[in-house]
Amino acid sequence: MGLFSGLSEKLNHIFSKLTARGKLTELEIKQAMREIRIALLEADVNLSVVKDFISRVSQQAVGEKIMNSLTPGQQVIKIVNEEMIALMGSTNSALEVAPKPPTVIMMCGLQGAGKTTMCGKLAAMLKKQGKKPLLVAGDIYRPAAINQLQVVGKSVGVEVYEHGVQKPYKTALEALKVAEKKGLDTVIIDTAGRLHINDELMKELEDVKREIKPTEILLTVDAMTGQDAVTVATTFNDRLDISGVILTKLDGDTRGGAALSIKAVTGKPIKFCGTGEKMGDIEAFHPERMASRILGMGDVLTLIEKAQNAVTEEEMQKLEKKFKESNFTLDDFLTQFDNISKMGDLSQLISMMPGLGRNIKISEKDIDEKRIARFKAIIQSMTMYEREHPEIIKSSRRKRIAAGSGTTIQDVNQLLKQFEQSKDMMRAMKGGKRMPFRR
Amino acid sequence: MGFFSKLKESLKKTKEAISYKLNKLFTGGVLNDEFYDELEMIMLTADIGASATETILEQLREVVDEKHIRKAEDVRTELRRIMVEILEENPCPEYEYPLIIVVAGVNGVGKTTAIGKLAKRFKQQKKSVTIVAGDTFRAAASDQLTVWAERAGVRIVKHTEGADPGAVVYDAVMSAKSKKTDVLLVDTAGRLHNKKNLMKELEKISGIIGREMPEAMHLNYIVLDATTGQNALSQVDIFNEAIDIDGIILTKLDGTAKGGVVLAIASQLQIPVVYVGVGEGIDDLEEFEAENFIDAIVS
Repeated sequence: MGLFSGLSEKLNHIFSKLTARGKLTELEIKQAMREIRIALLEADVNLSVVKDFISRVSQQAVGEKIMNSLTPGQQVIKIVNEEMIALMGSTNSALEVAPKPPTVIMMCGLQGAGKTTMCGKLAAMLKKQGKKPLLVAGDIYRPAAINQLQVVGKSVGVEVYEHGVQKPYKTALEALKVAEKKGLDTVIIDTAGRLHINDELMKELEDVKREIKPTEILLTVDAMTGQDAVTVATTFNDRLDISGVILTKLDGDTRGGAALSIKAVTGKPIKFCGTGEKMGDIEAFHPERMASRILGMGDVLTLIEKAQNAVTEEEMQKLEKKFKESNFTLDDFLTQFDNISKMGDLSQLISMMPGLGRNIKISEKDIDEKRIARFKAIIQSMTMYEREHPEIIKSSRRKRIAAGSGTTIQDVNQLLKQFEQSKDMMRAMKGGKRMPFRR
Repeated sequence: MGFFSKLKESLKKTKEAISYKLNKLFTGGVLNDEFYDELEMIMLTADIGASATETILEQLREVVDEKHIRKAEDVRTELRRIMVEILEENPCPEYEYPLIIVVAGVNGVGKTTAIGKLAKRFKQQKKSVTIVAGDTFRAAASDQLTVWAERAGVRIVKHTEGADPGAVVYDAVMSAKSKKTDVLLVDTAGRLHNKKNLMKELEKISGIIGREMPEAMHLNYIVLDATTGQNALSQVDIFNEAIDIDGIILTKLDGTAKGGVVLAIASQLQIPVVYVGVGEGIDDLEEFEAENFIDAIVS
């Protein structure tokens, strides 16, 4: 995605100039936050929410120790990401169940948010979980809305109760009786889309709430909503005290910043997401996925996670010590290759290989997977003594190693050459007080 | 009620807070960084977007420097002028008849409603109008459209649910030719713009019209929900790639959303806003007027 590359490039650019290591400084954070602010705004996170969020994260990030395997930029992103996940809440999207059936779910939201479709999806999901849902047609305004709900109900095999265009709370009350009589345990009330500033229609929802006392009041919000999401969510929440939020149309290419805004201003959990046009396209809300989507840096986040897991602190320190003592051996080289393989996709990883990504241009073909496998095989065909003293590997040993690893003498030569280059590189970096594995 | 008063009325409801801020800002005085920060905030809150806001403010600073503007009130005049210019740069199409308008857009933006309102407008101009129910996907979409056709008092061509939209359009074009219909309004299924096969379907509809009725003026409008944020740019961009988009219908401006993203769209994609939806009644569709639109945001 264009935005993604844009942002991570910018961040890399900022951080490539910085040499201070160890802890994040205010300057580093400030520069990174400027870019993150734009990313969040382009993702439609509300401006005030962005401001709050950034000041919170900045405070938290100052003085934070930079992990060995990360660049300062990645470290900032990691903090931003974690904070965003924390803010967006848990994955617990279970619907409340009324102590005495039926459980009543009341839907609300603006026009075109996708309430009617979501009613059908919820009904289908509940049915799959063994519940017996009843759909109630409470949208008495939009032409053919009742009809649409009936079609939706039919397609998921759930009964629909409607009573024309009488007051929705009356229809809902009748529906409760129907549910009781027929032994249906969950009632889902569709309501008309309305503008949050339409007082009369908001009162109508308050009427339904007062008469029915729903177990859940779910606000349905289009994931593409812009800055206004906060106004909408705040108004609905103030008037109805909603119990949760459903985010629709997440199958589009929107970054979905509205999710963060809504959670920030209402404090109510986002329970489900609509992810397609079919009735089965409903998912529990995953804060981690949403966070990386809003940041538009899914790949970077995956890398950070992988780097954290792949290289342990201890291994790092051991390697670093070896560099210092200049007794880096082929065996260590092997460990390094193992770490690379552990992290997965190489083309993605080049940029974060300590010392490689930004400072030394290495094209992808230089470290492709097959080549690494070959190098590993070669080193594994050496004796321990050879690994520690590569200088003794002359032509007869090379022949033996090539045969043992199923490679050619050229391959062995190449590996030894690369090893020497790496050692030179390390020496050079040490001279510049810059450890390749630490930043 | 005219466009201006109506739009302004609907725009102003909860815009008062911002207006207050703006007025305070413009009557305040000093043109320092803080002044521009405030201005930036107001624009971002209107969904104009980070990059368009930056461009506009840069331009504003230049003009302010050049003209040695010192009074905040004069800055407001310049800002308004810059924004209006952006919107007026792309002229709206001048209608010729027979006219076919294909109305496209993502789900839930108000396509069907916009078509009902458009039908009424053309009917009032004494044109013969036929609505084409090209949304054969959404449950009861053609029922909804039928209600609108009745309200506007125009004909409707529809097939059963799940039918091929191309076939519906073909039939409608044939009947329009024989009946010498002036205006054909084609509703299409809402589709998220990143669904390739659905975009193909739209291309097909457009192709049928061009092939079967080349003598007609053929326009493609996209309907945008004013509540939508920066994703609107992506929507217009991708629809524009599939079928050349000639104009925007901006709906739901009667809420609290400002629809500022059309500024970004106008400057980046050169597509004009043609109509705005300002309510749920059949008459609540007005021709877009840049000055009034900007005034309702900036004053």
